Amino acid sequence: MAGPETPELAAAAVSGGADIVELGFPFSDPLADGPTIRRAAERALAQGMRTAACLECLRSTRARVDVPLVPMTYSALLEAYGWERFAEDAAGAGATSLIVADLPVDLRPELCRVQLVAPTSSDERIALAAEQTDGWLYLVTLTGTTGARSELSPELAPLVARARGLTEAPLYAGFGISTPAHAAAAAELADGVVVGSAALEAAREGTSGLERFVASLRAALN
Amino acid sequence: MSASPSVGLYGDYGGRYVPETLIPALDELSRGWDEASADATFRAELEELLERFAGRPTPLYEAARLAPPGKRIFLKREDLLHTGAHKINNAVGQALLAVRLGKRRIVAETGAGQHGVATATVCARMGLECVVYMGSEDMRRQAPNVDRMGLLGAEVRPVEFGTRTLKEATSESIRDWITNVETTYYLIGSCVGPHPYPAIVRELQAVIGREARAQILERLGRLPDAVVACVGGGSNAIGLFAGFLADEEVRLVGVEAEGAASLSSGRSSVLHGSRSSVLADGDGQVLDAHSISAGLDYPGVGPEHAHLRDTGRAEYVTASDAEAIAAFHKLATREGILPALEPAHALARALDLDAEATLVGLSGRGDKDLAEVLAR
Repeated sequence: MAGPETPELAAAAVSGGADIVELGFPFSDPLADGPTIRRAAERALAQGMRTAACLECLRSTRARVDVPLVPMTYSALLEAYGWERFAEDAAGAGATSLIVADLPVDLRPELCRVQLVAPTSSDERIALAAEQTDGWLYLVTLTGTTGARSELSPELAPLVARARGLTEAPLYAGFGISTPAHAAAAAELADGVVVGSAALEAAREGTSGLERFVASLRAALN
Repeated sequence: MSASPSVGLYGDYGGRYVPETLIPALDELSRGWDEASADATFRAELEELLERFAGRPTPLYEAARLAPPGKRIFLKREDLLHTGAHKINNAVGQALLAVRLGKRRIVAETGAGQHGVATATVCARMGLECVVYMGSEDMRRQAPNVDRMGLLGAEVRPVEFGTRTLKEATSESIRDWITNVETTYYLIGSCVGPHPYPAIVRELQAVIGREARAQILERLGRLPDAVVACVGGGSNAIGLFAGFLADEEVRLVGVEAEGAASLSSGRSSVLHGSRSSVLADGDGQVLDAHSISAGLDYPGVGPEHAHLRDTGRAEYVTASDAEAIAAFHKLATREGILPALEPAHALARALDLDAEATLVGLSGRGDKDLAEVLAR
C-alpha cells in the first residue's frame, strides 16, 4: 500500500527477488479485500495517501527500482481523477499498466489494464479477459477476498487448465498465496505468483523482514 | 426502464463495478429474475405472500388535520405493513427468488435494522438460513431490532471497522457473498448495488406506486399534483415514483437528509457496485453521512435516482434533523400516527410544498425512533 516507506520497501522486495511490484492506491471501501489489505488502506488514508500523493510515491519508487510497478486500485479513484488522465499520469510517474479490482472486463474496455479472472468466470469471459489484458492475466485463485490462507486454493488447478486452453498469455496467480510452499505449488501450475496480504504482514517488520520473506518465495520458485 | 443486460445503465449510472468473481452470479440473478417475473406461478405466490403475510394493500389515508389550509395531503401507509416498513415488499420477493435459484443461505446488510428485521422475518417464514451484517455502532443505537432479528432466528454479525454503520455493513455483506457465492443469495435492501439489483428492488417496490395511483384516482378523480418520498438508498421513493413516472404533470420530489444528501451535494462516483451520485471527496474517497435517521444515513443512492435528477423528471431537496422531528410531532399529535424519522423528512417538505394535492410515502412507523425523539 502506498505510503512514505514504499520506495524502501519496494527496493527491499526487488532485492529479495520480486520481478514486479504492485502498489496499492487505497480506497475507503475496498470490496475485493480482506482484513489485512483493508486495514492497510485505512492506515494509508489516515496518513493522507490520496491519489496525488500515491502518484508521487509511485514516482519516488520508480527512482529506486527497475522492475515494472503496477498500481492496484478501485474504480472510484479513477472516476474522481478522470479515467484517461489517471492512466496517463500513472504511466508518467513510472507505472507499467494498472489493476482495477472492481472493474470487470466488459466495463471501460478502452482502459488498458491487467484483467482478472476468477474460478467462477465462464470460458467466454476468460477468453475475453485474455484478449483484452495488458501483458499478463491475473488468476484469482479462489472464490473470496484477498488475505492469507492456510492452504493453496484447490480451485487454482482447474482455472489454470481452462485458461491454458484459451490463451497464450502468461498466467500469474494471486489471492491467498501466503507461504513459500503455496508459492511453489502455485508456480507448478501458473507462470508466476502474486503475494499481497502476506507481503504486507512481512513488511510490518520493515525492509529486512520483507526482503527475507520475498527471498524465501523466490527460493521456493527457483 | 431500459437496462442493457450487460451493464444495466440508467443514463450514465448503474453498471456492475464489482470483482470478476461476482459477475456469473449477477448473470444468474438477471436470468433468474427475468424468468421469475414472466412466471405466473411466481407472481401469484408473491402476491399471496404480500397480501396474507405482509398485509397488502396498504391504505391511502387523507391527513386532513395535518394539511395546511386549502391543501390536501394523502399518506400511503406502508408503516402498517408487517415489520413496520416497506422493506418487507422487497424481502418477500427476493427471498422467493433465492429459493427459486436454489440458494438456502441469505446474507443481508442493515442500518437501522428495518431491512434486517424484514429479511429475518421472511427467512423464518421460508426456512432459510439468515446472516445479517450490522455496524457495531448501529447495533448499539438500534438494540431492539438486534433482539428482534435474534428472536427470528437470524445471526447478526457485528461489523467493527470503518464507520461501523450501514456503509461498512453493505461492504461486508458483499464480501461474504463473494466468498460464498455458490450457496448464498445476497438480499440487498435498497435500489443500490450492481445490476440487476437496482432494477429488481425497484420492481418489487413498484407495488407501492401502483396501489397509490389507483387509490388516489379513485379518491380524487385525478392524479396528485406532487408525490413526495424520503430518499436514503431510495427504494421506497423509487417504488412510489414508479407509479407516476409516465404522468409528466405529476411532480416527483425526493427528500434527503441534510447531512446525507447524496443527490443534492454528492458527485459521480462508484460505491457498492454501481456508478451513482455519492458523498465523496475530490479523490473519490467516500465520506461519512450524518442523519438523525439511521435509514437515511448512507453516502450513496440508487443509480436510477441520479438519472431522474439529471433528466429533471424528479427533483431532490433536503430536510434537516430538526425539521424531521417537528414533522414527526405534528403527525403524531394531529393525526395519531407516529411516523419513522425517515418519512418524517418527506412530511416536512410536503407541508411547505406549493401543491394542492400531495401524496406522501409514509414508508415506516416510528416505534424504532422513540428513544431518538425523546432524547431531543
